[in-house]
Amino acid sequence: MDFRLTEDQQALRRGVRDLLEGRFGREALRAAVDSGGALDRDLWRGLGAAGFFALRLPEEAGGVGLGLPEAVLVFEEAGRALLPGPLVATHLAAGSVPGAAEGDVVVTEVAEGLVPWLDAADVVVGDASGAVPVRSVDPLTPLHRVPLPPPAPGGEETSPEAVLLTAAEQVGSAGRTTAEAVSYARRREQFGQVIGGFQAVKHLCAGMLVRTELARAAVRAASLTVDPVEIAGAKLLADEAATANARDCLQVHGGMGFTWEADVHLHLKRAWVRAGLRLPAARAEEAVAAGL
Amino acid sequence: MDLSCTDEEEEFRARLAAWLAATLPGLPPRPDPLDWPARRAYDCGWQRRLYDAGYADVHWDASPTQRLIFLEETELAGAPYVGANFVGLLHAGPTIAAEGTPAQRARWLPPVLRGDEVWCQGFSEPDAGSDLASLRTKAVRDGDAYVVTGQKIWTSHAEVADWCELLVRTDPDAPSRHRGITWLAMPMDAPGVTVRPLRTLAGSTEFAEVFLDEVRVPVENRVGEENDGWRVTMVTLSFERGTAFVGEVVACRRLLGELARAARKNGTWDDAVLRRRLGRLSAEFQALWRIVQANVSEAQATGGVPGAGGSVFKLHYSHARQELYEAAAAVLGPDALDLGRDWTLDRLSSLSYTIAAGTSQIQRNIVAERILGLPKGR
Repeated sequence: MDFRLTEDQQALRRGVRDLLEGRFGREALRAAVDSGGALDRDLWRGLGAAGFFALRLPEEAGGVGLGLPEAVLVFEEAGRALLPGPLVATHLAAGSVPGAAEGDVVVTEVAEGLVPWLDAADVVVGDASGAVPVRSVDPLTPLHRVPLPPPAPGGEETSPEAVLLTAAEQVGSAGRTTAEAVSYARRREQFGQVIGGFQAVKHLCAGMLVRTELARAAVRAASLTVDPVEIAGAKLLADEAATANARDCLQVHGGMGFTWEADVHLHLKRAWVRAGLRLPAARAEEAVAAGL
Repeated sequence: MDLSCTDEEEEFRARLAAWLAATLPGLPPRPDPLDWPARRAYDCGWQRRLYDAGYADVHWDASPTQRLIFLEETELAGAPYVGANFVGLLHAGPTIAAEGTPAQRARWLPPVLRGDEVWCQGFSEPDAGSDLASLRTKAVRDGDAYVVTGQKIWTSHAEVADWCELLVRTDPDAPSRHRGITWLAMPMDAPGVTVRPLRTLAGSTEFAEVFLDEVRVPVENRVGEENDGWRVTMVTLSFERGTAFVGEVVACRRLLGELARAARKNGTWDDAVLRRRLGRLSAEFQALWRIVQANVSEAQATGGVPGAGGSVFKLHYSHARQELYEAAAAVLGPDALDLGRDWTLDRLSSLSYTIAAGTSQIQRNIVAERILGLPKGR
């Protein structure tokens, strides 16, 4: 047993982080928000060319030939960078929807009565008939609502892989807001010292790290066991980490955190959307309880 | 990332599981939790069985993965807890193994492994609990002995212990209070040692005050250098936080399973709020087990001593375990107010988890300062 990242996995994570910093750094993020949140097709193809969507396709099928543990690391980086778009749906469609693997085709799906990125998508998985636009809480995730279908007999489950990759994005966001809170607490001065020296602030930051580490261990382990109960538990903890950390990050930033200029609200809103789109808390808790 | 075990490790697991299945039914009944001499005898008897079967040294000599397998299998099987041997096996033993001389290792380690000698921990003092470095118990060198005077408190198992891992101040004029501290092994039957049991809120005498009046401790009982005790102590504490609670996570997962069965039986399982609460706790303990595996992997790769990741684990573990007993109370209803139930005693005992081995507030400081790099401050 060695539950650490291998050297290859560390290199992959570094590579994706560098790629995303180059293609979707802070300026690109803010520009995307200011432009009203249209899907950037160039960026999408760039992700395709880098193997983001074809990551788990076999090499003979033109893919990268990696597995779910690697996909989890890549999606953690996507969450960290607040990368927009129906990333999980397109990744899962690679190999079955032509063009998805290359980033030429954008695939979205109906989930929990919502469809993200409907207008931008080329292909929709699920029945989006009757979809009406809503004003999405997340400026970088346009949403449509569809009438909720009657519950399917036997319960149509969200794909465990989709749940896990979404959880990985949440972990990335939780890690990022922890880092942002710590960074701010180390430079912002009040009462003649940096606020990171105050226990009240330190303890908020420590709590953020604990939530992140708990969720990260859960997500990474679930990527190895692919156990649906463990995946549900990982999503539950990752949702909690992403949403609670965004709130604590906002708190550490004080009034600045409540402004549109600070990025923390973007993390919070995306975390809410991800928490709502795949296996929301109540169902995740039920799924884990059923395993007891 | 790899969670699988080697063939050799799986073979160890299978052998241990078979031994447990054969051995546990023959154990004597558990003693009254309030009867310490009986508890000592029971816990040491269990340790002796482990020794005779070749499993006693798993805490020190086995690979971390093997240690995890040991803790997982013994807890899953419902084997006795380390109990009175906790300090000897999990704190003092590893510390002496890491920092002691060959003679000290030969003197103290085998009796711990055989269940012949029980240790207690003399760290905390009335004015030095969380602020451990402010301890005042003094030791003055007199020939070949230290003469120790002072008071310790919260000393678990002191009533039945043979040895005490004792922190004393050997240089009151040291430039910093972290220097001038020395780690001694003190025999509990030395003249001048007085133990006064303290009653916990659970009604038991779990711990004690220990008064030290000119107790002579041979210089050869010093582990590490004189005035270098703080560093030695940090080794002890990293074991305490890093690995000492590992088996208890498995115990919590077992308890949660018992609780779910009880809830299904008495109908509280139909309460969606309670059912979901148990689901959430299950996810948390599963994740805590994964954190343990991550910490152990890290320790295995970096030389054995667990790092600050132990604080991350302990912070969440101690809160989650208290939450487990709160959920248990909701499931048990009126039975939760019956002191005759194990669950009720355990619920009361769990209140110590966020205090013992460094309070949650101290752990948050450690996480914030050592992992996140925030400045020291108040």
